[in-house]
Amino acid sequence: MKAGSLDEALGALKSDQGATLIAGGMTLIPVLKQRMADPTRLVDISGLDELKGTSVDGGDLVIGAMTTHAEVHASELVREKCPALADLAGMIGDPAVRNRGTLGGALAVSDPAADYPAAVLGLNAIIKTDRREITSDDYFIDLFETALEEGEIILELRFPLPGSASYIKLSQPASRFAIAGVFVARFKDAVRVAVTGVGPCAFRFLEAEKKLTAEFSIDVLQGLEISDIEVNSDIHAGVDYRARMVQTLTVRAVEALIGQ
Amino acid sequence: MSAVLVTTTINGDRTEFVCETDETLLDALRNRLGLTGSKEGCGTGDCGACSVTVDGRLVCSCLVLGVEAEGCEVNTIEGMADGDVLHPLQAKFIEHAALQCGICTPGFLMAAKVLLDKNPNPSEVEIRFALAGNLCRCTGYDKIVRAVKAAAKEVRKR
Repeated sequence: MKAGSLDEALGALKSDQGATLIAGGMTLIPVLKQRMADPTRLVDISGLDELKGTSVDGGDLVIGAMTTHAEVHASELVREKCPALADLAGMIGDPAVRNRGTLGGALAVSDPAADYPAAVLGLNAIIKTDRREITSDDYFIDLFETALEEGEIILELRFPLPGSASYIKLSQPASRFAIAGVFVARFKDAVRVAVTGVGPCAFRFLEAEKKLTAEFSIDVLQGLEISDIEVNSDIHAGVDYRARMVQTLTVRAVEALIGQ
Repeated sequence: MSAVLVTTTINGDRTEFVCETDETLLDALRNRLGLTGSKEGCGTGDCGACSVTVDGRLVCSCLVLGVEAEGCEVNTIEGMADGDVLHPLQAKFIEHAALQCGICTPGFLMAAKVLLDKNPNPSEVEIRFALAGNLCRCTGYDKIVRAVKAAAKEVRKR
């Protein structure tokens, strides 16, 4: 069904436990084709204009959950306020994927190799849903697992604006998913470093954050390693290589910011 | 599953079709409407052989449901030539031998047309980025890129 209002979408999810939301469908439709999910009903929220668009509110950049990657990439407002986020959106998949895939959809799925989770965690964004506001630190839980409850709908993302930020990723050359991706955001009083592609879900590189907050330089990153993370392994990259890439990409992101 | 009536505009003509709710736009185009120019390659959005535009935006029709096209304007490869007169992209693909088996060609043409409609003077890098979602297993991409460059020149002359 195509929801005509948010209430209608929430009602449809509540009345049918087997129903599921469809946003851009770039993950869900392949999942349905593989018979990995068997929803009784798809609730299409693509017609809800209140979930689309970009704005600035109280110093935060606000992006509607149903805003596509292509729209974020092309947005002059996002480009002006947080160019790293506009760049990141333009690096997702290919043009056809960016035209359909949405910010909210990407976060609801929380694919371990998706790009947006790194930005959401790196920028300390707030995920606003129909019932609450979730901080990015509480949002990503495990592989394809987030803090979202049954029938909860992401409405918008609120990104605090950093002084500067940079996202560097090593792409899988065919799909452009991140084998490893690092988002470094430099705020007035702290530096945040978020990593995607490497663990079951996006996580913060706390060791690097501590060092970079004290001194923003490449030197402090020498020999730094991630700890306590179950590192992904596949045909594109093994555990050691992936783990090693985190430090390498962090250095590159910091280099890009120092060079600015 | 139940059948749904979908009303769209396809290649400029108002078109109605009936499809199942779990049927892709690609299957509806091919099997319900006989528009078999769009191909199914991977079926997972990687290869771009099924590329069409929906409301002017390039999409993989294998990852769009037929019912999602309700009220939308869809353009497919069948609408590219003007009668017997080929679009410059089509003419240049032939001239530059930018295809061998041809399965990927409709998708490449649709993606390239979206690019040239927006930017009739793309750089090689812009062409390669615009065609990043289309895979060809025969020619390699060099001839395709050259054909798009040549077509862009034609389009600019118009």
